[in-house]
Amino acid sequence: MAIVELKNVVKNYGGHKGSKDSANAVENFNLLTEDGEFVVLVGPSGCGKSTTMRMIAGLENNTGGEIRISGRDVSAVPPKDRDIAMVFQSYALYPHMSVFENMAFSLRLKKTPNDEVKRRVNEAASILNIEHLLERKPRALSGGQRQRVALGRAIVRQPQVFLMDEPLSNLDAKLRVDMRAEIVKLHRKLGVTTFYVTHDQVEAMTMGQRIVVMLDGKIQQVDTPQNLYERPNNMFVAGFIGTPSMNFLRAKIASDRRALEGESFRFKAEGARGTALDTHTANEVWVGVRPEHLRYVEDSGHGAGLENMMRGTIEVVEPLGAVTMVQVQIDDARVTAQLDSHVQVTLGETITLACAGEKLHLFDADSEQALGLEQPVSEPLSAAV
Amino acid sequence: MTESRLTNTLLTLLTYAVAIVMFFPILWMFLTAFKTEQTAFDIVPHFLFTPTLDSFKLALAQGNGYWHYAFNSALSAVASTLIGLVLAVPAAYAMAFFPSKRTDFTLVWMVSTKFIPAVGVLIPVFMVYKSLGLLDNIWGLTMLFTAMNLPLIVWMVYSYFKDIPKDIIEAADIDGAGTLQTMVKVVLPLALPGLASTGLLALILAWNESFWSLTMTDHKAATLAVFIASFKSAEGLFWAKMSAASVLTVTPIIILGWFAQRQMVRGLTFGAVK
Repeated sequence: MAIVELKNVVKNYGGHKGSKDSANAVENFNLLTEDGEFVVLVGPSGCGKSTTMRMIAGLENNTGGEIRISGRDVSAVPPKDRDIAMVFQSYALYPHMSVFENMAFSLRLKKTPNDEVKRRVNEAASILNIEHLLERKPRALSGGQRQRVALGRAIVRQPQVFLMDEPLSNLDAKLRVDMRAEIVKLHRKLGVTTFYVTHDQVEAMTMGQRIVVMLDGKIQQVDTPQNLYERPNNMFVAGFIGTPSMNFLRAKIASDRRALEGESFRFKAEGARGTALDTHTANEVWVGVRPEHLRYVEDSGHGAGLENMMRGTIEVVEPLGAVTMVQVQIDDARVTAQLDSHVQVTLGETITLACAGEKLHLFDADSEQALGLEQPVSEPLSAAV
Repeated sequence: MTESRLTNTLLTLLTYAVAIVMFFPILWMFLTAFKTEQTAFDIVPHFLFTPTLDSFKLALAQGNGYWHYAFNSALSAVASTLIGLVLAVPAAYAMAFFPSKRTDFTLVWMVSTKFIPAVGVLIPVFMVYKSLGLLDNIWGLTMLFTAMNLPLIVWMVYSYFKDIPKDIIEAADIDGAGTLQTMVKVVLPLALPGLASTGLLALILAWNESFWSLTMTDHKAATLAVFIASFKSAEGLFWAKMSAASVLTVTPIIILGWFAQRQMVRGLTFGAVK
């Protein structure tokens, strides 16, 4: 178990100026984990999440900054001396060795006594329920079993830090959900500080105690799953976290600076959001609304005059059983709404949707940064670095 | 339907014809080896004749005797292959797993040395060997065979190493294996079928080599290629004996190839990835 600290970590592949390698692959990455924390790095492909993990592992050198594991700067330490274990997306098992030998490999290299090797491999195998597979070769295993062996190989080493690079990406959907729960359980049992890389925001939300959202090599936000959902720092995080994605509408700020308007919607800016608009110089903002926060309103004939409502034509109806997804054309945006399945809607119908004022998100029209964020419940730890 | 069946039949016949044309010289060599010199020289080809082992008996005793040449061939082929592999494995390992900006160039350059006809460098090599006293020396010849095959061995081993997923090397790295341990315990076992077929090819090329054998050796270090050539002497051509000598030369390598082929096809599959 260990505290991992990344201070101003930079990765640059040193390409020629102007080429695609010249930009920083990872820029000023700052993070301080708690002891035994489960941190998820998430973002679209090419965002630098894997590179960051590979720098923690020592498979890539950091171009700048410090990486500390339990206080020791490991930037110049080779992977084998960092006291970490890594699980690869491809499992990366040794094909010519039995499951037992795969798991025992690191111990054998350390010249661990035979009975100790046996004890530790058996222990890990029993945690993962793979005792019956120990004599098999990797090619005789299913994908899920191989993933367990890869986890077992990491557990056997009793490392200070676990690094998992998209470990579930090669598994089918059902197995992925099972293994997700199992890895979380395993983490709770062993209490080892864990870094987990994924591009899947559902995986990130369900597994991470804290999530690092990355884009273009930069951290966008470091927070708990709940805070990411409720208080996204910017439009990227807002759109990335949550399924279906948040809807964004371009709105004009009314002259009293307390309302946000479009041709077919009008929202009231309350509380911190309203205060933020007072000092905001631009005339337009982005309004973000999550599909699950939109309500169907029985048309009372009042039209779009009411506060916190929008009107539009239904373009797509997708009944999913428990809920019905509708896509509504509001001004020039396609808004997705998640409605109760008992609401009867038809294609082409004009409907009114409402959203509670406190569920709205405001973003600067240019910088796309959030406006009027209420103080988060817990201070993000990265700020304390 | 009938047209495609006709095409099929014609293609099959063509295949047989090509195969027979290609196999015929070998067949003829085997047949001639069991003939007397007289039948062998006859203008009218003989497919049916009374076989005799006389040519073999005479061929075995030719010069320093068959076994002298066979020993030289075996020693130079095996030694050059082993030395080649020992030199090529670390080179290919570095190029496959720690490539630099010049790796591609180096590979192409190495192979490009094979573009030069051997005869183009004969004189300088001969002079150097003469002054070093390596003429008609089996180790001198082995060194030439090694140099001759090295680019090919490096290239082949490199491509087998490239097939090993990088993740496995990184996993070994994290598990605590040093470069040598990764090579010996992970990479070599995985590349073993590739190394075996590379070694076999190098062995065959060295065994069959005749240009350097004929020019750089005399009696002491002479190989089977020299042995065969010795039947074309001032007194004339001895077809039957030459054929017998050829049969004695190609048989070991054909048997070896036959066994090794089964061994290699069994190759490992990368069950660990995907």
